[in-house]
Amino acid sequence: MKKFFGFLMLLSLLWSYGYSLDSNNFIRAKDVPYDEGGELFVEWQYHGDDAKTVNIYRSEGEDWGLIKKEADLQGKFTDKSLDYKKGYKYKMEILNEDGEVIDTLHSNSVVPKPALFDMKKLSILIALLLISFFIVYYILAVKRGVEFKIRKIPALESVDEAIGRATEMGKPILFIPGIMDIDDVQTVAGIIILGEVATKTAIYDAARNVPISRSMVMSTGRETVKEAYLKAGRPDAFNDNMVHYLTDDQFGYVSGVDGIMVREKPAAIFMLGTFYAESLILAETGNSIGAIQIAGTAMPSQLPFFVAACDYTLIGEELFAASAYMSKQPHMLGALKGQDMAKLLIMIILILGAILELIAPQLHVVDWFTNIG
Amino acid sequence: MFLKRQLPLLITAIAALVMIFAYFIPHPVVSGLRDSAQSWYLVVAAFTMILGILNLLIVSINRATKGAKKDRFYHWVTVVSLLGTIFFGFLKGGMDNSGFDFIFKYIYTPLSATLFSLLAFYVASASFRAFRAKSTMATILLLTAFIVMLGQVPLGQMLTGNIIPDATNWIMNVMNMAGQRAVLIGAALGIIATSIKIILGIERSYLGGE
Repeated sequence: MKKFFGFLMLLSLLWSYGYSLDSNNFIRAKDVPYDEGGELFVEWQYHGDDAKTVNIYRSEGEDWGLIKKEADLQGKFTDKSLDYKKGYKYKMEILNEDGEVIDTLHSNSVVPKPALFDMKKLSILIALLLISFFIVYYILAVKRGVEFKIRKIPALESVDEAIGRATEMGKPILFIPGIMDIDDVQTVAGIIILGEVATKTAIYDAARNVPISRSMVMSTGRETVKEAYLKAGRPDAFNDNMVHYLTDDQFGYVSGVDGIMVREKPAAIFMLGTFYAESLILAETGNSIGAIQIAGTAMPSQLPFFVAACDYTLIGEELFAASAYMSKQPHMLGALKGQDMAKLLIMIILILGAILELIAPQLHVVDWFTNIG
Repeated sequence: MFLKRQLPLLITAIAALVMIFAYFIPHPVVSGLRDSAQSWYLVVAAFTMILGILNLLIVSINRATKGAKKDRFYHWVTVVSLLGTIFFGFLKGGMDNSGFDFIFKYIYTPLSATLFSLLAFYVASASFRAFRAKSTMATILLLTAFIVMLGQVPLGQMLTGNIIPDATNWIMNVMNMAGQRAVLIGAALGIIATSIKIILGIERSYLGGE
């Protein structure tokens, strides 16, 4: 029995020695994980006294094509732009100082398959599903008859006041939905508020000017205002030129809008959407003409400017809550409640994460959240 | 009604779902759909660009001929600038044409720079209003701003060594950063909620409401 075990041990030692010898020299290919397909990770290594350079070939069938000449006997690279439907194998020729082939190694054949799901984004998917769950759950709760309250947002409370003031003064209202295109959700939020403001201005019969910096936003904004006038029962008061295009250029747009402010002296100015460096120029010009100004953006760097120069400011999420606040529709309030619950969950995670990082740094809790995507 | 309501909602939902799936699924079939959707967007954007230019031209000509007399000059400037730039852009050489180049280098660039430089004066006037110590909170804001401004210039270090610069760094990296991140998290949630509402067809205000 002892002899048998001794033989087995010797055999395993020899096998592992042979494997280690073999694994010293290799060229291997493996599929790059979680990619669109068409990429292979190739790695090679060779130990030999005479070896000086290596030539690496690739084949998708019978023929070999030279793809790399390397002076290093050990290395790796990602072979890109491959066909994800085909299998590829690699060959490495090892050359001596005279350029003669002294050895040849082959890799296995690998298909650069595309992934069906990017596992690196799993945490984002979980977060998205959780947030979506909260929002949908509370929308359904509203349908079951649950009622939600919304806290007062002074900027939105003052919309009526601003429109009323403009009507009394016989001056127009200026609405600026930011400088970005319709693919920016802040612009969409601005357009949504434009719809609510347009309904009120249609009822009050106040003049309105909506200069736009993107033509797609102009089309969307025009439709929104038109529908608002229809809803208010004033289709006759609608005019296509209420919502008009100026320019895509940032400072060209600013100078155009500043010109409108100085010439027309609107009584109320709404600046709701995405803003960059132009925020303060617009807000200060509006301030200089004495207009009541309501601004809102989710750009943290522009918020201080709006706070300093405007009468009311919608900060970050308040911009997105405006539609629910102004329309007071129950299902919109449900979505808002869901959003708040998601925020509560994030706050709990932040506090727990901070505590765990302080009392058990070896768990590396921060890494779970920072190594996302 | 279908063309005006249901169809836009359907297109929005499909396009949004394609973009979401493409973010999580790297398979070429899905990314191909995403690329197609993006190409469609570019095509539609190109057509609306023509619409925008025509709108600018019509509105400006209307106001230049029928608008308030004192403002007519500005609208003529817009019309002439627009047509002039288009004219030089279509001449031989396109954007490399000397006339177009002149407009860009000697009119457009200086005007943009001038407008941007106005920001410095506006920052000063806005700061003057914001930093008036009218209440306890305004006084705290004033003191904080004073420390941060002093910490950004060599005088702060000269007077207090590293105390003011360190305090500035702490205010910017801890208090300011926490506030900014809170706004960003709230905004990100707002964006997700708005997107979900649009995809599910709950938010229809951008189509004119109900």
